[in-house]
Amino acid sequence: MECVFGLVGDGFALVAADTSAVHSILVHKSNEDKVMILDSHKLLGASGEAGDRVQFTEYIQKNVHLYEFRNGIPLTTAAAANFTRGELATALRKNPYSVNILLAGYDKDIGPSLYYIDYISTLHKVDKGAFGYGSYFCLSMMDRHYHSGMSVEEAIKLVDQCIMEIRSRLVVAPPNFVIKIVDKDGAREYAWRESIKDTAEVSAA
Amino acid sequence: MARYDRAITVFSPDGHLFQVEYALEAVRKGNAAVGVRGTDTIVLGVEKKSTPKLQDSRSVRKIVSLDTHIALACAGLKADARVLINRARIECQSHRLTVEDPVTVEYITRYIAGLQQKYTQSGGVRPFGLSTLIVGFDPYTGVPALYQTDPSGTFSAWKANATGRNSNSMREFLEKNYKETSGQETVKLAIRTLLEVVESGGKNIEIAVMTKEHGLRQLDEAEIDAIVAEIEAEKAAAEAAKKTPSKDT
Repeated sequence: MECVFGLVGDGFALVAADTSAVHSILVHKSNEDKVMILDSHKLLGASGEAGDRVQFTEYIQKNVHLYEFRNGIPLTTAAAANFTRGELATALRKNPYSVNILLAGYDKDIGPSLYYIDYISTLHKVDKGAFGYGSYFCLSMMDRHYHSGMSVEEAIKLVDQCIMEIRSRLVVAPPNFVIKIVDKDGAREYAWRESIKDTAEVSAA
Repeated sequence: MARYDRAITVFSPDGHLFQVEYALEAVRKGNAAVGVRGTDTIVLGVEKKSTPKLQDSRSVRKIVSLDTHIALACAGLKADARVLINRARIECQSHRLTVEDPVTVEYITRYIAGLQQKYTQSGGVRPFGLSTLIVGFDPYTGVPALYQTDPSGTFSAWKANATGRNSNSMREFLEKNYKETSGQETVKLAIRTLLEVVESGGKNIEIAVMTKEHGLRQLDEAEIDAIVAEIEAEKAAAEAAKKTPSKDT
């Protein structure tokens, strides 16, 4: 029931993901951050098997950092996406990773970009993408309301509409979402959309 | 292949490892490098031997980052340095991946020194011909540290040290003039030490300053020239004061 979706706007790219960590019928936590800040100007939203997700994305992050230290310059978003796809492809026919990824980034002379990378190493450069059962609803909403060059406000409105659809139409809908944004000023958390807050500390009697 | 198992680094009758000592000779021929630890700043300085006119000097970086909080300068065989630096950078990321924590300065120094030692006790290889000065801030305590390694694989922590060409004179100067400094004073001390053995001027020195907040920052030529000018002015003032003793009793 994990949902990750993203889109490209005017000079920025967004990735939103649900924040539930589920094991069979138990919800371990509902504030699990699945959108990793890959480097200063890249976001990596991942969904899939919990162990694989963390293992694979951290591995990619450390290799992206290593490249930057070795070469004194960061990878472009396209290069990072192709590297990620390559690692998935190499592992595919031995120990496949069950991780679906949306990689968003901002490059100085190229602008924002979004890459769709699924667990069998499909790589597509896209304007909007989504994974999981939520994708059935998100893609339809985005097909209807997305246009290129959206402002941040318009894009967040669309993201909220997608989250609304997921919450109302998906049978075991995740309650909380995190939205992260990347633009010329870098990658950062934009907002959380919480309908269930983890209980605050019990105040001392 | 059996032919190449023979160790190159073997003991001499009087207990010396000549290959290691020859490696130290190679270090002594390398460019001068100095490191100074302040209370909140650590400075690395390296002599820039005259760059050929057609060479792009930006491609010859002698002070490198190993991680966001660790930097390294070295003296000796630069090609050997590339190999060690690459291994250290991989280890920094690998450590972050396995234990989700950045390396401490001591850990990465120990790692590099361990690598250097391995090559004094393996078949068919020669030791690395370089000594390194490794600086950084402890990621948890924020305490600055300066370490030195050499081709034998020994390492130790220092308040200030020098290696490479004329390192003895630089170390003597540091022993005489070291005191706890911070900020710009630490930078000045490092530059003054280098100026003892290097021709004065921004284009002959490369300086990098590491602080906890801003990580490693390479100073550009203009900045270095300005500080060198300050130092020369201070020296001149001190000389003048010596020559005209105060008339009051």
